[in-house]
Amino acid sequence: MVLTDPTAATSDDAAGDDPLVIAGHRFGSRLILGTGGAPNLDELERALIASGTEMTTVALRRVDPTAPGSLFAVLERTGIRALPNTAGCFTARDAVRTARLGREALDTPWVKLEVVADERTLLPDPHELLDAAEQLVDDGFVVLAYTNDDPVLARRLEDAGVAAVMPLGAPIGSGMGINNAYNLAMIVEQASVPVVLDAGVGTASDAALAMEIGCDAVLLATAVTRAREPVLMARAMRHAVEAGRLARRAGRIPRRRFAQASSPSEGLADLGPSPAPGAASPDAVSPWPTSSGGPPGAALSGPPPGIASSCGPPGAALPDAVPPGGASAGGPPGAGASS
Amino acid sequence: MRPPPLRRCAHRRQGERVVSVGAPVRITVNGEETTVPPGTTVALLLDALGTERRGIAVAVDGEVVIRRTWSERSLAPGEAVEILSIAQGG
Repeated sequence: MVLTDPTAATSDDAAGDDPLVIAGHRFGSRLILGTGGAPNLDELERALIASGTEMTTVALRRVDPTAPGSLFAVLERTGIRALPNTAGCFTARDAVRTARLGREALDTPWVKLEVVADERTLLPDPHELLDAAEQLVDDGFVVLAYTNDDPVLARRLEDAGVAAVMPLGAPIGSGMGINNAYNLAMIVEQASVPVVLDAGVGTASDAALAMEIGCDAVLLATAVTRAREPVLMARAMRHAVEAGRLARRAGRIPRRRFAQASSPSEGLADLGPSPAPGAASPDAVSPWPTSSGGPPGAALSGPPPGIASSCGPPGAALPDAVPPGGASAGGPPGAGASS
Repeated sequence: MRPPPLRRCAHRRQGERVVSVGAPVRITVNGEETTVPPGTTVALLLDALGTERRGIAVAVDGEVVIRRTWSERSLAPGEAVEILSIAQGG
């Protein structure tokens, strides 16, 4: 008998039957890799290829005739679609103008709309963002809006007609992961356009977590381009996004406080009478130093060392952090209507 | 980022009829003041700068000049030209 695993598709076609759809365009990869921060174009090109991404963000800056190489040539060689952004804009006016320049430069109506409030946090300015989104949608743009992890603002942007909402996990470039998994889950639950986690990802588990929470895609740059080994991290992110997506579709088990045996309790062998409590056989040597006091189990009453402490903020340890409606406990895969 | 220097006079393109009449036009290109011959269009300016035309966009006084009008849009005194290209960015 030959056993085949229908879900054992390779990375290349894992998304074949599960595409990301934004504004009617299908993407096989749910990872959007930004081009910012790479040490050089060579490394960037290899990371882009390793990530499997099909869309990458670019900024618009004054031409620099002394700059080595051509980003445009990298995009051409790799065939990766470019998504111009409005990074560096603090007002709706500037963002709209920059979006129009991006449309002109790349001949695309798609834009990653980014209107930030200040240099220190680079957090989106809700008022200017919404204003710019409305203007750009009116002007025929396909707007992918970088936004706060605020369900209300996400809804307002959707009402304005954006093609995707892109809440942050944490501030741009901070690598802090997902600071408010609860809000992110709310955004996912209410959205009828794709939700793309944008900003804050520090390592692969952050990307997987975003997908497990139900995001349709992950957009990241710094986590790859400023990693010690960008190409390796690009591969890690590719697999993390795929793993997180598959886990979301598969449906995680509910959390429970106590153990639930996975082996049957019936049919156990009769191995003779148990020794009386406390009467350890003479040759049994306890591996536990008596000085620690109490049974071995006592050592497990606290969080396992090296887990809670190494994972950043407390919320990071709660992948399904009680999404409203218990979506984590096996809701339909990709419950969001976006894909 | 330093704006690019103007390498040669904007109207000296081969085969181009010299239309300069009158005083040079003082404009700003990517933040740097410069002068171009009267009648210089966006297209002529780009030629003079030797700018790669793919992946770029031009704005004059904040308004985007769409690509197909580059050869029609001439630059007036005091105007600020921004020539932008795609760059690495998240």
